[in-house]
Amino acid sequence: MKVFFGVGMIACIGIGFISGYLFFRQQNLNSSIETIQKETSFRSKVGKNASLSTVSSNTSGNIIAVRQDESIMDAVKQAESGDTILVYPGTYTETIYIDKDDITLRGVIKEGKRAVLEGEKRLNDAILYSGNNIKVENLKIQNYKGNGIMGQAGNNFEIRNNIITDTGVYGVFPQLGKNGIVEHNIISGIADAAIYVGMSDNIHVAHNEVFDNVAGIEIENTRHAIVENNLVYNNTGGILAFVTPGLPIKTTFDVIIRKNFVNNNNHKNFGAPGSTVAGIPSGTGILIMAADDVIIDRNIISGNKTAGILITDHGHAANITFDPESEPNADSFRILDNQMINNGYDTIDEIKALKAVSLTMGSPDIVRVGESKGSCINNKHRYVTIGLDPYSNCPFTNTDATRSYLLETPVPPRKIDKSAQGKLTYLGVCTGCHSYTGRLIGPPMKDIQEIYRNNPIGLAHYISNPVKKRQNFPEMPPQDYLSKETRLAVAKYVLSLKN
Amino acid sequence: MNYLIWLALLTSDHLIAGGLWESPDSIERNQREILGLLTSDCPPGYELSQQNTCKFFHQYQTYPSILDRGIGGTRTGLPSFRDGFSPALIDLGRHLFFDPILSPNQTISCSSCHDPDHGFADPGAHSIGISRQPLDRNAPSLWNLGFLNRFNWDGSAVTLETQILGPLYNPQEMGNTKENLVHRLNTSEAYRFLFAKVYEKDPDRFEISEKHIITALTAFQSTLISLNSRYDRYVHGHHESLSTEEIRGLNVFRSFVARCSECHTPPLFTNQQMAVIGAPERKGLTFDHGAELVFGSKRLKGGFKVPTLRNITKTAPYMHSGGFQDLSEVLAFYNEGRAAKEGRGLYLHWHITSPDLAKSELADLKSFLNALEDESFKPKRPNITISKLILNNERRGVTKQ
Repeated sequence: MKVFFGVGMIACIGIGFISGYLFFRQQNLNSSIETIQKETSFRSKVGKNASLSTVSSNTSGNIIAVRQDESIMDAVKQAESGDTILVYPGTYTETIYIDKDDITLRGVIKEGKRAVLEGEKRLNDAILYSGNNIKVENLKIQNYKGNGIMGQAGNNFEIRNNIITDTGVYGVFPQLGKNGIVEHNIISGIADAAIYVGMSDNIHVAHNEVFDNVAGIEIENTRHAIVENNLVYNNTGGILAFVTPGLPIKTTFDVIIRKNFVNNNNHKNFGAPGSTVAGIPSGTGILIMAADDVIIDRNIISGNKTAGILITDHGHAANITFDPESEPNADSFRILDNQMINNGYDTIDEIKALKAVSLTMGSPDIVRVGESKGSCINNKHRYVTIGLDPYSNCPFTNTDATRSYLLETPVPPRKIDKSAQGKLTYLGVCTGCHSYTGRLIGPPMKDIQEIYRNNPIGLAHYISNPVKKRQNFPEMPPQDYLSKETRLAVAKYVLSLKN
Repeated sequence: MNYLIWLALLTSDHLIAGGLWESPDSIERNQREILGLLTSDCPPGYELSQQNTCKFFHQYQTYPSILDRGIGGTRTGLPSFRDGFSPALIDLGRHLFFDPILSPNQTISCSSCHDPDHGFADPGAHSIGISRQPLDRNAPSLWNLGFLNRFNWDGSAVTLETQILGPLYNPQEMGNTKENLVHRLNTSEAYRFLFAKVYEKDPDRFEISEKHIITALTAFQSTLISLNSRYDRYVHGHHESLSTEEIRGLNVFRSFVARCSECHTPPLFTNQQMAVIGAPERKGLTFDHGAELVFGSKRLKGGFKVPTLRNITKTAPYMHSGGFQDLSEVLAFYNEGRAAKEGRGLYLHWHITSPDLAKSELADLKSFLNALEDESFKPKRPNITISKLILNNERRGVTKQ
């Protein structure tokens, strides 16, 4: 969020909200008595039996070793699917991009010494990947300007045991991916989010230590994510679950934030002007904006000076774009038991004003503004709350029955089915110049069939090494960018054409 | 007298040169000839089904994408797309696209502003409308339109059909009216005959409707496919298709310093969202509020739809106002920093930052944009303008033109 609770926000908080709030407060005065709730667990239908240790099928390939003064990128270029690149301790100043599948990039840690990717504040990103089944482990990444590790639509990713410091906008940023794990990383000094999961599905973020960042962990426009057992401290905002309007994927739902330490996130906001996080008030533990079905379960949330948990809709967040396809409310949040202490002790003026209007005493642990349907909170009386009066106990007390949202079987490889390869290539490539009977730029395929009847190999060869054969036709450009396998498939398909 | 008299444009591949058909038993043959103006083949990239419709097939289709939205990284599927039109309807749409019959004074066709030789855009910063007045916005490219769910710079149309009505009836653009358009098309015997045949109706009783015209134009425009650039070859596995410089450019493009791919997202190189980037108007033009007026939100003041970058090298000048002459000016605009675009009460998009790219990085980016060129499926301009054909069928008493 660019400016959360920006200047003049209080003006946005309508009379209707405040009077409604007071009404509910009176209705619920008698309900703040400890009740014994039967222990029941939230059980999701998604991904409950998936492995938590790996999300891809392990293919064993070759090992390629990279040592100081060699290039990791050279190894990536040489690597084939299934290969593991072992990077020995040393300093490597490069940008690595992985546009292939099934590659493991693993640092070798020797007596505490790691392979260091050093951006010298000159290089943009340390690692970019778009392949499936990419693993990045045991590296130290520092001083880049863009991202430490950025994924674009790579599925089944595993990013673990890395130490990432001051890598620009994001530390770990899987975007548009499905089925991925981010765990055991130590990330600090990031100008936006240390871990930013954007527009993704089926995600597990666990056991990371994130500190001294503007945002610790951000789950944005993402469905089915668990954020658990992380240590999140001294950021501006600790853990965020957002729907950001104006992005092509419009929803966030089914997010479990549990068993994290969310402590003292009071860092001065050093987000770039106009950035999504630049307006987060320093001292925000957990921030939910417009995300639905977020469960907050057994976290230790302490020492966050603005509030332990802030919940808002789009209408109360300033400086975000307008998007009619983006549903603005944070519906169905479920706050289960959380250990909350010493939050909201030096809060922002807008919350102070809400406190005054609602006659709230004490420092607020939990603040909600904007519409929120179907939400609940267990043992509400334990916390100082603003805007929580309409909600009562949740139908469950914990989320243990939902171990993971990861997929039980990995996202399948993005390979073109062999049986369709010939047809798709013929239609996607060849038909620009050839039709079956007509003359386009090249001769009709019917004529070609006459020449290469029963000789697909000959035709496949010609496709990659064409020579001028017909006086009144231009010479065909070589189609050698098609793989050998594809050329043969397309040759066979051409010879089988009926129209 | 037989069926056809050619008054103009006797250059068609389909027709033997000559003005008059002399064979006495030739009505049927002449019908065949005029029908022969329309191909029975699907355009490139399409397979003919048994129901005589064209079905689109492509390698990208076999890749998945998050929520099937067709945005992602390299191997990412396409969004849903329009297909299922017959070969003849698509080809009739092609003829209409290039035919000035669509404008009231018969001077402007779709292709006047969406020139296939300029990426289906206009090489002039502004197009010239029916009253010879310059328009405010630069005509956008039509490549890969069939995959989009929002049209026009300001996002004001959500289907191709409604988009087409805009320029047809806008008084500044083609300036036609529904009544005049439909009437004029029906005065063309050749069009009536062809539309009737396409819809398998009796030509003598057939009336062309607005819907027929719009559907034919939709059918044609949905087939403008560009997905076989050198970038695409890289994606499908041939990494040598891009030069070292272009790969460096790709990495700048998708890095989070430049952030180009955050909005110009593969595989279409647009995320189809509205964005306020603060691009200036051409000299002498007042501020263009763009999407603000369509969506009724100040937050979108000066906002426009993110355009595709495929064949971007062909579509200069750039931006909604056509204010930038070449890609170097565009890159300089993005690189100059956020502060330079502030003021004017705009809610600038969060990815408008100050990337401060080095000269070499800008050069690499530009090379990469070259790698998005692919016009291998570019349709041909018809050799003949159907509205200029006059049918003469005295035996059946059809009125002469």
